[in-house]
Formats: sequence, C-alpha cells, structure tokens
Amino acid sequence: MTPELGQLSLILALCLATVQAILPLLGAAQGRADLMALARPAAVGQFVFVTAAFLILVQAFLVNDFSVLYVATNSNSALPAAYKVAAVWSAHEGSLLLWIAILSGWTFAVAAGSRHLPDVFASRVLGVLGIVSMGVMLFTLLTSNPFERLQPAAFEGNDLNPLLQDPALVMHPPILYAGYVGLAVPFGFAVAALLSAQLSQEWARWTRPWTVGAWVFLTIGIALGSWWAYYELGWGGWWFWDPVENASFMPWLAATALIHSLAVTERRGIFKSWTILLAITAFSLSLLGTFLVRSGILISVHAFASDPARGLFILVLLSVISGGALILYAMRAHRMDQDGGFQPLSRESFLLLNNILLIFAAGLILIGTLYPLFVDALGMGKLSVGPPYFNLVFLLPTLPLVFLMGVGMHSFWKTMPKSVLVNRLKIPIILALLFGVGLPLVVFGRATILTLVGCVAGMWVVVTAMLEPAQRLIRGEGSISKIRRSQWGMMVAHFGVGIFILGVTVTSSYSIETDQARAPGDSWELAGYQFVFRSTRDVMGPNYQAVEGEFEVRKGGRLLTVLTPQKRVYRVQQSPMTEAAIQSGLRQDIFIALGDSLGGGAWSLRVQYKPLIRFIWLGALIMAFGGILAISDTRYYRRQKQDQSQSPHDIDASVEKIV
Amino acid sequence: MSRYLIPVMILGVLAIFFARGLTLNPGYVPSPLIGKEAPSFKLPQLKDPSLTLGSEDMLGRLSLLNVWATWCVGCRQEHQYLNEMAQNNTIPIYGLNWKDDRATAVNWLNTLGDPYIASAFDGDGRVAIDWGVYGAPETFLIGQDGSVIYKHIAPLTNEIWEMEFMPLIREHCQKFSCSYGDLE
Repeated sequence: MTPELGQLSLILALCLATVQAILPLLGAAQGRADLMALARPAAVGQFVFVTAAFLILVQAFLVNDFSVLYVATNSNSALPAAYKVAAVWSAHEGSLLLWIAILSGWTFAVAAGSRHLPDVFASRVLGVLGIVSMGVMLFTLLTSNPFERLQPAAFEGNDLNPLLQDPALVMHPPILYAGYVGLAVPFGFAVAALLSAQLSQEWARWTRPWTVGAWVFLTIGIALGSWWAYYELGWGGWWFWDPVENASFMPWLAATALIHSLAVTERRGIFKSWTILLAITAFSLSLLGTFLVRSGILISVHAFASDPARGLFILVLLSVISGGALILYAMRAHRMDQDGGFQPLSRESFLLLNNILLIFAAGLILIGTLYPLFVDALGMGKLSVGPPYFNLVFLLPTLPLVFLMGVGMHSFWKTMPKSVLVNRLKIPIILALLFGVGLPLVVFGRATILTLVGCVAGMWVVVTAMLEPAQRLIRGEGSISKIRRSQWGMMVAHFGVGIFILGVTVTSSYSIETDQARAPGDSWELAGYQFVFRSTRDVMGPNYQAVEGEFEVRKGGRLLTVLTPQKRVYRVQQSPMTEAAIQSGLRQDIFIALGDSLGGGAWSLRVQYKPLIRFIWLGALIMAFGGILAISDTRYYRRQKQDQSQSPHDIDASVEKIV
Repeated sequence: MSRYLIPVMILGVLAIFFARGLTLNPGYVPSPLIGKEAPSFKLPQLKDPSLTLGSEDMLGRLSLLNVWATWCVGCRQEHQYLNEMAQNNTIPIYGLNWKDDRATAVNWLNTLGDPYIASAFDGDGRVAIDWGVYGAPETFLIGQDGSVIYKHIAPLTNEIWEMEFMPLIREHCQKFSCSYGDLE
C-alpha cells in the first residue's frame, strides 16, 4: 500500500506544479494579484508532496520491500543501510525522483527567499520553475515510475552495483544534482526578466547568489565524482572525458561564465542579453546532460539503462523548455541591450574575454562529446573521441583564460591605466616566473615546457588572487577587515583555481604509474619509496569476500605505512571490484591496486606515485568555499531602499575597483 | 533581431541530430568482415576432439556461425530459439564455443539441447579474435561461397531473424542464385 501512496503523492505534486506553472504566470500577465498569490502556496505544497514521495521510496529500500520492482532491481537485504539509501538514486527511476525532489527543494527556497522581490517577478520565476517541475514529473510518472510493483514480489533483491557501494557515491549524486538542477533558478530569473521585457541591475543582484549557490554544489559534486573515479575505478586516473563527465562539466563552464557576466551586469548594467543567454544556456546544458545520460544516445561508462522512448520524452522536454526560452530570448533580448561604454583595457573587457573563452571551452567539449553522434547520424561511419582530443583542445581556451584571470582581477571598471596595471602586477609576474619555473626544477630536477607553463600559470593565479590582502598586510594599505565577503569569495575561488592548476600540472607531469607482477616476499623501489609485499589473506565483508594484500611502504628504511588493497567479489552480482589502497598526503599519494591473481601466489599490481594529486580536489573545494563566502555577503540580502541610501562614495575606493 | 535567433537555431540543429541519434545504436559496431571471405579456421570439435570443424566444412550452403559459451547469460536466453531453428531445419547452425570449459560446455548441450551441427572448441579464443568477436553471443551469417553476409550481436530472436537476417538472405540469394526456399 505504501508505494502506491508514494505514487499518489507524486501525482498530487504534479497537480500542484501545474497550478504553480499556469496561474501565477497568467496572473503576472494580467496583473491579477489573486492568481499571483497562488505561486508560493503551490510551491510549498509541491515540495511537501515530493518530499513525501521521496521518503516513501527511501522507506521501501530500508525495509527491503522487494515487491517494488525498482527496489528489487537495485537493493539487497544484506546491503548496509547507508548504501540502501544511496541505492535510491543509483538507477534511472530513483535518480529522476531525486532530480524532482531537489528541484522542488530549490523551488521551495525561492518561494521562501523571494519576499523582497516584486510580486510580479517572483510569480514569474516560480511559474517557470513550475513548468520545469511539471515536465520532469510527467516524464517520471509516464515513463519511469519508481513505485512500479513486481508481481509476484521477489524474495531477495538484485543488489546495488558494487561500483556504487562507496561513501563518495552516497554523496556525489545529490550534491551534483543540487548543482545541475539549481541552475533552473537563474534560468527562471532569466525567463522572468524576458517575460517582463526589462532587466534592472537589481535583477543581476538577485540572481547572483542563486547562481553561485548552484555553482558551489556543481563544483563539489564534480570534484566528488572525480575523487571517486580516482580511488574506486582502480586506474588512478581522475578525469576521463567520458560523455557523462562532460555533461556535468559543460554546465559548470557555462555557470562560471554566468557568474562573471552577472558581475558586469550588476555593476555596470551592460552585457544584459548575454547574461540572459548564459543563464538559459547553463540550464539547457544541464537538461542536455540529462538527455545524454538517460537516452542511450552516446556510449558512456555511467550511462543509465537506455530506452529510446525515454530519450524522446527528454528531447521533447529539452526542446520545449530551452527552445521556448530561446524563442522568447529572440523576441525580447534586443530591447535589453544598451551601451555602457568601456575602454579596451578595463575590467569589462577582461570579463568579456573570460566569457568568450569559457563558452569556447564548453563548445569544444560539446563538439567532442557529440562528434561520434554527428558522424553516425550523417551515415559517415563510427568513431569515438578520446582524451587526446579533449586534453589538447581544452588547453587552447584555458591557457589564455588563466593568464587573463590574474590581470582582470586587478583592473578597474570602465578604464584601466596601463601604467597602474603594470605597476600592480610587476611583483606577481616575477613571483610566478620564479616559483613556477624554479620549484619544479628544484623539486623534480626536470621539466618540459608545458609543465613549466602550467606551473607558472598556477603560481600566477595563486599570487594574483592573494595580492590584495597581502599588500594590505605587508604595506599596510588599508585594513584587511575592510575587504568585503564577496571580494574574499572572488579571491579565494581564484586561489582555488590556481591550486587546481598546480595539482593538474604536477600530477600529469611527474606521476609514476607502473604495472608489476609480484609475489609475497618481493620488495622493490619506486620514486624513492621501498615497497615490501608482505602477504595476502582472505577477508569477509558484509556482502562481499575479498583477497587483501599487505604492503609495507618505507622511505629511507623507515616504515611509513602499511597499505591493504583489496580485490573484492560481491556475492549477489559476482562482479570483481578493485579497492585501491592509498597513502594520501598533501604532497603525494602512493597508490596500490591489486590486479589479477597470476597463480603461484603472484599478483599483477598497479603501483603509482602521484605528486600533488590532492591539490586537484583541494583546489575545487577552495573554489566552492570562495563561492560560499561570496553568497554570505550581506549586500545580496539588503532591502532595495537601504541599498540606495548608501551612495557609491561611501564605498572604500579600493573595494570599488575589486568587486 | 536576427542575431538573437542564432541560439534557438543551434538548439534546433542539435535537436534534429538528437532525434536522429535516438534511432541509432551507438554500441553497434559493424563488422569489417562483412562482404569478405570468412577468416579460415580449423579447430577440434567440442564433443569429440578427434574430429575437426573448420571454415571449409561450412562451404556450399548458407549457414550460421554462433559464438557461445556457458558463462554467457545471453547465450542461455537465445538457446531455446536456436533449438527451434534446428528442429525446423531453418538453416544449418555451427557453434563456436568460446573461452569455455569443455566438460561444462558438453554438459550444457546435453541438458539444454544441441542445436549445432557441430561446435568448434576455441578454448583460448584465438579464432574468435580473427573473427572480431568481442562478446557473446554473436551470430555470423555465412554465404555458400564462404563470405560473411551479416553479424548480429546479442541474443538471436525470431523477430531479429525475420527483420534482419531474412531480407539479407533473399538479397544474397537473388545475386548468387542460391536456394533459400527451405528458409521461408
């Protein structure tokens, strides 16, 4: 009976979403306050029923209700409880319900946090979000019902895919979806602005924290996915340019561009139609990702079970939502553009270049991802596009982007005197060159040109990001406490980008990856570390059995750690899994994974030394932290009136040029 | 207004490609062997290793070469249909028992029925490599002249037989005037 209640909740939520989609938009168009007043209650009601439906599905997993097809397919009574919860979103139907739950959560947040917005505008935003909810709920109920019964009920479930039985994977989908789906909010703001055919600078100020919020989740979600791939897939790689990874990375690039473009629109009132277009594009790329993952249109390691009917439904959904917004854009956008006027050397120019390069990067990834499809659809054969393409083409826009980043951070709005800029950046340039070239040569004793370029770029961003507070500290040029939260956010996020670049460069330049055949008793040396293969033993887990190897890692004769990688076989699905053992440190990771038994006690081993690999995820987390700092700035939450009372002259001059 | 139309036009083009893409199967990789002479092989037979089965034995008649193994779930799925085909004398079916254990494989045929005229035992999978096999089950349609007409990946069903194999067989036999009367 309970699963049917879940389905009923979802149907009721769909009804409320329909109310939320139609009536407030109608009310806004006709100026009827009674219809507009329905937006918030409908959004709250929708949230309540979606949450109920979601919790009912979670409950079905926790009590092992194998009369529900989705539970029987993706869970097992021996599965640890945390993974039973994670199993809720481990396959198509449940993850779609998670998508809906998160969208209704964002909608609820907008309903609660939009009291300071004009009613007409808030009604339109909620109406647009209602349309998106409606589409996705219809999709779920018509093609992918997670509450479908299995007759007769199964005695035991088919278990969760062992690859997904991992702590990072418990967190990764909800956080990633929170980012993906959160981009619906700036999308709603953009469409609402188009509907009212006007866009004020306040609009940009309202939209910024929501965009940054979604971006923070997206950043953490992508980083978690990459971290999981690193230690769970057993290859020691951290990014594979898989279509599904690209599907999350393209919205991230577009959202990053949007954050920067919003800054210009808010401060200077220009780039308006471009900002709107970016907001539409970012969410459209999210929907596109959903389509690519769930339609089976591309080959990917983590695509869901494919079904052309589902693919067609999402394609129609994508066409209606994005297509509708873009048609509206084509009709209204020309009314928004106005010339603000800025010099070629100004913060506006650098942010414009930032946007062009980020979108160029997203475009190149989109082309690479879809190229096999284009070629196949044109009947020109079958091919695949691999990491060599992406690694190369991604450098084209990102290298100039990174160098411009440091300059842009220190430019004034409107116009930037060249001499001031040069004067300001003299020391960072010297420091970046010194450390970027010096450190890799001193520490590793060798470097290719690309390695040096990468290290200089990373150092450049790190140094320029922290220049402002450093100067205040060292030279006493104003107090550090006067730096605004949003300014800190910008600097910290950019600092994270620098850390990330250093991590990527050093890891890809100096990693040592070996495949070895070793038996217990063997010892060998790699990258200055001594390894001893002590023994192997059998281990029983809650729902798997495993062979565990025991390895000593020594440096200079001193025992650093004992690593115990496992080769697991999960009982239900009988699939072998590699659990790598990693000695992780800020400076380097030592990575050992058991391959296959070679007979006679010998094993094939994957032994890797990965310097600075933690910087990759650390950098991403610092970026996200910067985003959180920026959102916490009070100026986004001040009432309009108070804000106007503060004249621009009150603002500290150096803050003005930075923010 | 024209430049503001560009984004929606890009979306339109993408949507057309996506709609087309939904009808395609990205996992399907056509065999480069199609239209060419089948790779020759000669292997001991599964049930009686003293006998051999080779590509020469398949000449003269249209036939199927079915790659199977006892560890393969899809093979179990299609086995009933293969049995039916053998009973109805639809087409001669040869088996290529791939990377399998001989005793287990013989036992499987004794339990589930043996639709094959004979199965070749490819324990180390070398012949399968020549044939470009990357999974089981795979079914090759071989012409009476020893050429590869078609390769089907995934379990064989009556629907696939009628929709994919029969049109090719008719076309092939018109060209080479082979009889396919008993196939209809």
